[in-house]
Amino acid sequence: MRMIRLIGWRLLQVVPVVLMATVAIFALVQMVPGDPAAVIAGEYATADNIAAIRQELGLDRPVWLQYATWLGGAFQGDLSDSLITGLPVLDEVLRRLPNTLLLAVLALLISIVVGVPLGILAATKSETALDRAATSIASLGVAVPNFWLGMIFVATLSLGLGWFPTTGAVPITQDFWGALHHAALPALTLATAGIAEITRQLRSAMIEVLSSQYARTLRAKGLSRASILWKHGLRNVSLTLLTVIGLVFNHTLGATVATEAVFAIPGAGSMIVSSAVSKDFPMVQGIVFVLVLIVITMNLIIDLLYVMLDPRAAKK
Amino acid sequence: MLSQASKPGPEAARLGAVRDRAVAGPAEPLLDIRGLGISFGRAASRTAVTRDISFAVEKGQCVGLVGESGCGKTVTGLALMGLLPLSGSHFDGEVLFRGENLLRLSERQWRSKRGRHIGMIFQEPMSALDPVFTIGEQISETLRAHFRINRKEARERAIDALAKVGIPDPSVRYEAYPHELSGGMRQRAMIAMAISCEPALLIADEPTTALDVTVQAQIMDVLADLNQRMGMAILFISHDLGLVSQACDRLVTMYAGEVVESGAIDDVLVEPRHPYTSGLLRSLPTFSPRKSRLPSIPGRVPKAGEFPHGCRFESRCAHARPRCRVPQPIHTLPTGAHVRCCRHEELDLPGVTQ
Ligand SMILES: Nc1ncnc2c1ncn2[C@@H]1O[C@H](COP(=O)(O)OP(=O)(O)O)[C@@H](O)[C@H]1O
Ligand SMILES: [Mg+2]
Repeated sequence: MRMIRLIGWRLLQVVPVVLMATVAIFALVQMVPGDPAAVIAGEYATADNIAAIRQELGLDRPVWLQYATWLGGAFQGDLSDSLITGLPVLDEVLRRLPNTLLLAVLALLISIVVGVPLGILAATKSETALDRAATSIASLGVAVPNFWLGMIFVATLSLGLGWFPTTGAVPITQDFWGALHHAALPALTLATAGIAEITRQLRSAMIEVLSSQYARTLRAKGLSRASILWKHGLRNVSLTLLTVIGLVFNHTLGATVATEAVFAIPGAGSMIVSSAVSKDFPMVQGIVFVLVLIVITMNLIIDLLYVMLDPRAAKK
Repeated sequence: MLSQASKPGPEAARLGAVRDRAVAGPAEPLLDIRGLGISFGRAASRTAVTRDISFAVEKGQCVGLVGESGCGKTVTGLALMGLLPLSGSHFDGEVLFRGENLLRLSERQWRSKRGRHIGMIFQEPMSALDPVFTIGEQISETLRAHFRINRKEARERAIDALAKVGIPDPSVRYEAYPHELSGGMRQRAMIAMAISCEPALLIADEPTTALDVTVQAQIMDVLADLNQRMGMAILFISHDLGLVSQACDRLVTMYAGEVVESGAIDDVLVEPRHPYTSGLLRSLPTFSPRKSRLPSIPGRVPKAGEFPHGCRFESRCAHARPRCRVPQPIHTLPTGAHVRCCRHEELDLPGVTQ
């Protein structure tokens, strides 16, 4: 019951955030230089042609009215139509988004599966060669640019060894394993930063737990190192882990833009880039809006999990 | 004497101890610390924090370990639990618990001692409990670490332990998280956890320092009760000689990593033999004849690594003489008490005046 009230309350809090996000997106897109009508009209168009197109697309109306129209549509699930193709934006978003989400989720999973044991290992072997190795890998992962690492991976694992396809994507709905095979390398590329972040944060959180006063109490009770680490340690750092997972997911989703470009993946990230270049504003708005919704949802889930995991948070 | 009315006088306790010995021959004490020295750091840069710590805790006895902050009390307590980092700590002497030298135990052997035969409670009851587990679970897991019992039995015994330390509605409080309890209740829970396996010795390191005065008195009652009714021996570590004098049978004074005096509590209170103990006594409001201005000992405890060659208290001592500048051995008095002061025979130091 308390949980249901809490979920309701958090959902209410999300509404203004989403509204603010739409305003921000709309404003940003307006600031992009260039006139979509001029782009559509083509090189030899007269001023009258362009004006006619502007009127037809509704671009001559006041900005606030354009925004209100768009928002009204968005609430009914209509993200308006592409200026270039005239097709509904939502269809294109739904076609491309799965590729991006597959990448992001896969990258997040890799980050967790590698980062968590690495962080814990580094913490238990703190100040040894093993710890130093793990920490250096972690700081390298943060420092190395994603696209550069992606190119290295392509050059060695794909072109060199032929283990993975170099570019492209397969829709997951059509061929599950094919989709994974295509997504593996870009996801690994994306995951390096996440692995690094999770390793670092988990290491320091675990070191803090293990050197805490209550860890000393646990030893004073006669518990084994293993149960201190895996029961109490893990349970306590799971709170940190949850927060870090949220951050890593947001970063990873953002980083898909560059990675999709390197691997020529028809995803949401590359869609933003190409739509922005062709001044297809509704398209940019639509995809960014959906991505923002995903990030907000993810944060909401993390918040709720946090409350479930931390007995102290439920009180607030 | 300040002890609670219910408590049999220390004389009676000592007589009891004497009688036990007469029956069982010269019984070995429960805990016998002999020349314990603790140093930290690797060989070249090793700093001795304590040296030549010797005192004993008999079965069922309450021994107070006092001294200002930084004298090495906590380090001594942790050493008795094997809780100092294995790498980086070095020990001299021996710590005999039921005749077995604890300093020789492997980590594995330590695990079956800690919590089972020797329990320990700490100063900060908030940070000393795991915040994300219920106190009941934390007590149960202690029991399950030492006894082959199922969850239900562990739960029952944990609730018993909570009741024993005076927690109302123990089966309800079993489900409480540490942050849901008041400071005093948390410390009670902490004590319940430490005594759940009924250890023969409980080490209490400043258990009431973080609590306010009324709660402090309640916790002292709980400890006194454990000591008297369950016969649990307690090593009560405190900077507060007033508290120690209320609860303990014997007193051990530590200064700058050394034991400077030890003896039966009412002997020491009335007739302290070391100027440091006398100074601590005179700075207590309860004992001072003039309540207005309390004479505190000038100066402060030297840091480990900066201990003087001779008497470590010399620079703060009103009775210092040139001969105090040589290393001070510990003297055994006819009463069996100990004092580390070369002038103990000639000095007539003020104690409790009542
Ligand atoms: N792990 C450690 N490494 C080095 N020195 C320490 C360590 N723990 C405690 N000390 C030193 O030991 C001395 C005694 O500390 P402590 O036992 O906490 O005193 P008390 O409990 O009497 O206040 C202090 O000078 C402290 O700096
Ligand atoms: Mg201390």
